[in-house]
Amino acid sequence: MAVTRNTDAITPVRSSSKFNIWLTGHASASLSALGRLSRQPFASLMIILVIGVTLALPTAINVIVKNVQSISDNWNNAIDFSVYLKQDLSIKDAEDMANLIKQRADIELVDLITADEALIDFKQQSGFGEALNQLSKNPLPHALIIRPSPDNTGASLALLQEEIGNLPETELVQFDTEWVQRFHAILDIIKQAISIGTVLLGMAIVIIVGNTIRLDIENKREEIEVTKLVGAGNAFIRRPFLWTGFWHGLLGGIFALLIVQYGLYLLREPASRLVGLYQDQGKIAVTSLTITESSTIIGLAIVLSLFASWVTTARYMRQIEPR
Amino acid sequence: MIKLDNVTKRFPGGQEALSGLSLSIEKGEMVFVTGHSGAGKSTLLRLIALIDRPSDGQVIVDNQNTQRIKRRKIPAYRRQIGMVFQDHKLLNDRPVFDNVALPLIIAGISRRDAGRRVRAALDQVSLLHKEKQRPETLSAGEQQRVGIARAIVTRPKVLIADEPTGNLDPDLSLEVMRIFRRFNEVGVTLLIASHDIALIDRLGCRRIALEDGKLQQEADPWQ
Repeated sequence: MAVTRNTDAITPVRSSSKFNIWLTGHASASLSALGRLSRQPFASLMIILVIGVTLALPTAINVIVKNVQSISDNWNNAIDFSVYLKQDLSIKDAEDMANLIKQRADIELVDLITADEALIDFKQQSGFGEALNQLSKNPLPHALIIRPSPDNTGASLALLQEEIGNLPETELVQFDTEWVQRFHAILDIIKQAISIGTVLLGMAIVIIVGNTIRLDIENKREEIEVTKLVGAGNAFIRRPFLWTGFWHGLLGGIFALLIVQYGLYLLREPASRLVGLYQDQGKIAVTSLTITESSTIIGLAIVLSLFASWVTTARYMRQIEPR
Repeated sequence: MIKLDNVTKRFPGGQEALSGLSLSIEKGEMVFVTGHSGAGKSTLLRLIALIDRPSDGQVIVDNQNTQRIKRRKIPAYRRQIGMVFQDHKLLNDRPVFDNVALPLIIAGISRRDAGRRVRAALDQVSLLHKEKQRPETLSAGEQQRVGIARAIVTRPKVLIADEPTGNLDPDLSLEVMRIFRRFNEVGVTLLIASHDIALIDRLGCRRIALEDGKLQQEADPWQ
């Protein structure tokens, strides 16, 4: 028991390099934070659930919008439009015009329906055959049915419509896809709303995580005071709280992905049927999250949670001093 | 080693815990501070530990003027001083080993490397066999010894103790004081606040008596 026997205790504490101290400090803080998480499974689970659900919501809406958009893009391309030509145009001029338009890259197909063909069709389909025979002159114009090439966007379609409408031979362009464009505008609004909502939900995460860390700090006030008395600096005391924030963010982000993926799995069957109605069979694909999107969500969860811990600990560490 | 020069500590209310106190403790001394509660014993130790700052005067510890130690340098300063408290201030959520290892972990020593030092410190307070227990399962005297092991695990040059035997019966008190005595024999400077004058007289150390924040007398039985 003589003091002199314990040579270990007599040699002064030799500090290793600053970087090594920093590294071992973080390694042990990250592990002890994980240990603390597992010792308070309920509290940790609540936070992870909150982060997960909060992030899953905008993510899920985003995925749905993305899928709806891919369907509606298809509608856009599938729709032909009709160009009615001026009454006095000759068949020859109409044929020339059709050939000219056909050469455009943004047009896949042009079909000329002459006034005579149109009249025959109309007679057969309308049932007014006898009455129409009484007309001295065919009242119908020549018309072109135009199918735009599939790589057109909503904007380029609108431009195409305008250009053809401005041609001297054109009387009227009938474009049945205005509602598709409206639908796209609505999707754009929804996307905007998601962005705003995501910002708000992100703030909610920061507030909730920050508040949890604050309570955690309050509960450990005594421990923090003692640790400071023994010579710990703010950085040392902050570390486990920052790591707690990191783990909460990571696990919350993963949980958000699980929610979204499970939701997509549930929707897969009915969604495929719906998509199948609009798309050619064989092209059916419900887009889920890409690796980039998944890592963005996990990254966002970590950043938000870590930020909250950072701000809260910075605020409270200075306040708690030994008394 | 510890020098106070005309130190005054005034509280916001205006009353003075210390009034113009000057004293000097040499390297390797073991000194007791006595006095009634409210005489300024704790305040003196708090100034040395930089828990408080003096309103006036200077506190110099190991040639460092504590006045000039900036706030963010306080942790590094405290790591040079061992501190023992009346209520031990142990962390009950972790075993004895971790409590004693805490100052080493703070200093950046890995748990594995800290092991030998922690066991050496626990051996000196005869608690090697209790390293896995939680502090609250130990007796008051054992808890205080764990607190002492934590204070000396970094081998500080100065050790300050505030009423370390305040909650202990005479036998345990003597045991704790003997432990302090052994540190003193290997060169540690000790400043211990206590009101147990009978015990102090038995040990025969220098005594600084405080009264109303001032020096009452300086009794050195060796002179």
